[in-house]
Amino acid sequence: MKRSSLFVMQLLFTLLVCAFMLVPVLLSLMAGLTRNYFQGVSSGLTFDWLIQVWQAYSPTVWLSIQLAVACAVCVCVIGVPAAYALVRMNNRFSRAFEELMVLPVAMPGLASALALLLTYGQFGGFRSSWLFILVGHVLFTLPFLVRPVMAVMQRQHLPTLEEAAASLGAGPIKRFFSVVVPNCRAGILAGVLMVVTLSLGEFNLTWMLHTPMTKTLPVGLADSYASARLEVASAYTLIFLLMIVPLLIALQAISARLSRGESR
Amino acid sequence: MTGTTIRLQGCRKAFADGTVAVHDLNLTIEPGETLAILGPSGCGKTTTLRLIAGLESPNAGQIFFDDHDVTRLPIEKRDVGMVFQNYALFPNLDVAGNIVYGLKIRGLSPAERNKRCAELLELVGLQEHGKRSIHELSGGQRQRVALARALAPRPRVLLLDEPLAALDAQLRERLRSELDELLRGLGITSVFVTHDQGEAMALGDRILVMEKGRVAQLATPREIYQQPANAFVASFVGNLNAFPVVERTAQGLRVSGGELPWTGSNLPSTVYCRPEHLRVMAGESHLRGRLVGQFFQGAQSRLLVDVGGAQPLLVDSADNVIHTPGALIGLAVAPQVLFTLNS
Amino acid sequence: MTASVLKAQGTTSGKRGLLRLRPTAAWALAPAAAMLFAFWLLPLAHLILLGGEDRDGSSGYWQVLSSGQYLNSLLQTCVLAIVVTLAALLVGGISGVFLARQRFFGRSALVALLTFPLAFPGVVVGFLVILLAGRQGLFAMLGMQLAGERWIFAYSLTGLFIGYLYFSIPRVILTVMAACESLDRSLEEAAHSLGAGHWRVVCDVIVPGLAPALVSCGAICFATSMGAFGTAFTLGTRLNVTPVAIYNVFTNYANFAVAAALSVVLGALTWAVLLLARRLVKNSGTVL
Repeated sequence: MKRSSLFVMQLLFTLLVCAFMLVPVLLSLMAGLTRNYFQGVSSGLTFDWLIQVWQAYSPTVWLSIQLAVACAVCVCVIGVPAAYALVRMNNRFSRAFEELMVLPVAMPGLASALALLLTYGQFGGFRSSWLFILVGHVLFTLPFLVRPVMAVMQRQHLPTLEEAAASLGAGPIKRFFSVVVPNCRAGILAGVLMVVTLSLGEFNLTWMLHTPMTKTLPVGLADSYASARLEVASAYTLIFLLMIVPLLIALQAISARLSRGESR
Repeated sequence: MTGTTIRLQGCRKAFADGTVAVHDLNLTIEPGETLAILGPSGCGKTTTLRLIAGLESPNAGQIFFDDHDVTRLPIEKRDVGMVFQNYALFPNLDVAGNIVYGLKIRGLSPAERNKRCAELLELVGLQEHGKRSIHELSGGQRQRVALARALAPRPRVLLLDEPLAALDAQLRERLRSELDELLRGLGITSVFVTHDQGEAMALGDRILVMEKGRVAQLATPREIYQQPANAFVASFVGNLNAFPVVERTAQGLRVSGGELPWTGSNLPSTVYCRPEHLRVMAGESHLRGRLVGQFFQGAQSRLLVDVGGAQPLLVDSADNVIHTPGALIGLAVAPQVLFTLNS
Repeated sequence: MTASVLKAQGTTSGKRGLLRLRPTAAWALAPAAAMLFAFWLLPLAHLILLGGEDRDGSSGYWQVLSSGQYLNSLLQTCVLAIVVTLAALLVGGISGVFLARQRFFGRSALVALLTFPLAFPGVVVGFLVILLAGRQGLFAMLGMQLAGERWIFAYSLTGLFIGYLYFSIPRVILTVMAACESLDRSLEEAAHSLGAGHWRVVCDVIVPGLAPALVSCGAICFATSMGAFGTAFTLGTRLNVTPVAIYNVFTNYANFAVAAALSVVLGALTWAVLLLARRLVKNSGTVL
């Protein structure tokens, strides 16, 4: 039947695309784990490259983790109240603010980084600390927490819940912590996972803002791609993928649960 | 348009999860006839329509249009016109664009398309609306565009899926009579699905009542109302009062609340009658009971009278007297309106 | 009497409580607003002004807009971004619709595999392109086997194109899959009932139905490709795309004015395209 041949063609096409996505990653895995890349798996598996990478680049891994966690905390503290405000206000001003909030993501990261450098670069202490990079990460990842949290708040009809709490005597701070935050847990979790993933992988901003003392994992990766052996670079990439992939899986699981929740 | 005969033979449709929507359906629809398929949700009426349309294939059985076996033909080859429940108008085309879509596919020239479009706009009463965007139309107007679009290519058969369901009550009444006039004028074989018994009785030449994927009764509206085949049809189409029979008496049958006149020779276990056939009587009456509810419905009042049976009796009374709650009510009934059923 | 007084007090304080909800809500926005103002708006204003600063006799903007080299890089970046966007929309569109509509064994695994690369940073994608098409890449070895010469195309615009495609396709697939969920199937059935075959329905119903999602997704792909730096950096700073030019001018020549001007122009161009896309989607009138 005509329908099934179409199915096969589309399936083959999609598998081809999948191969395009997957083959380089597999190559990288192989390069990082085998003794000799050119001989392939037959030359034997080894962890030597991974050990070499760890000895040379482990500070970058720790800094990236530190940044990601700090970024997640900052974005939560700034973003959850902001989401709450935007949902409650729901007027022209809040919509304009949403636009503004998204700009650091829509505009080239390089431009934002440059702007930060040129304005605050002269504050030596600030400039050379990891906090400088943190600022860039928070700017870039903020919308990725605020948007999902806003979506969850709107679905839960938060203003109505709040009015119910207020009618029972709860003041604004109490309402926020006892009604608002607990009801957005899923959205906050999804947002935090996204923020951590993005922060770990952020390069455009970080490259401009970093110093030799404050190198993150992606910056280290760029260094290794330029200067180190293929196998070392692959092993380093493998470490990065090992950190990112579980996060992505968790993210997909949470989003699936969220969307199932709303269809109920 | 001379009509097409539609015949379904032994059709069965089951879905992937195992539910059988239609069991062994045998049905012949006469040329030019309008058939209404009526039933509760899940009875298989929409599936039957989709089988006729070609949107679903039966697992067993065959479908014929006149003498052609169309079972294996997909919908685009069956030359049917279909009106969908939410109209499914193409948002990227204007009214005229929607109407001529089927003509474009058949390769008619622009001149022919425009001519046919004008004919149809006039038929459905939307003459000046050809250039309008479908977003600007009201619900009733959209329904008419959907109809015009389906009729433009002169299909053999017209299929409608709950055509008036999405409209409010007033509009529905008005469009019902317009649709009736249209279908009669065209003489095309049409099948429509509805859950509204009033609509089925008003528009259908015959009604197919379905229950759980099977035919409960296929007959004219009058026959279905007055001689329902079984308890399901009787209670689905119109309301019903049931009287379990206690014993035979000289004049008729003893039931809870009194004695019913009965001219038949047999002794049924239960007799039934419709609410409008019970008359409120002061003085001599067949039944006596207490009024437990009354609802003013404009043209008539509905009374609930408790005669000691399992359910209160439903009485539709046009005299619109306001009774005191709990008052004793006397009811009379003519013997010819009582009927029995096989369940 | 006391009861009614208490009741009256209760009502007014309750009303005031409800009214107070609005102003309190705005206060919650303060930290975010402060952050954006101090660390983005202010620096951006500074950047814009810096671009106009005079250096070597003319302002940064003038130097950018009158120089063949910079304009060339802007043009090249734009063209590359457009080509990548169109290719990603086509490839991702086909795969996305297929995955959204069909159910088969291994489907969710396939979807997961196709969308993970979304989170890969540009540098990693650049590295993967090198593994595929670089000096010691798969295609180089393949070429050696088949044609006697290495097939190397990673360090050119082709390589960049492949890299950008790599992280754009998953985004399109995800968007298209989500948009397919909300497509009205009865429109397709209606088109079929009027005689349209499969391809006709794709052109007349499915593509117009997906158009808003495709346009906004395309705009995001365009913006990402315009501002992408990591991939180009890994593949070699000789590639003449604007983000690399900005980096070179800033780091190697310390020409802040030109770097600022280039950034502002790049940013303005990107923002204009995003705005245009949003305008198009709103005007189309079709609601997803």
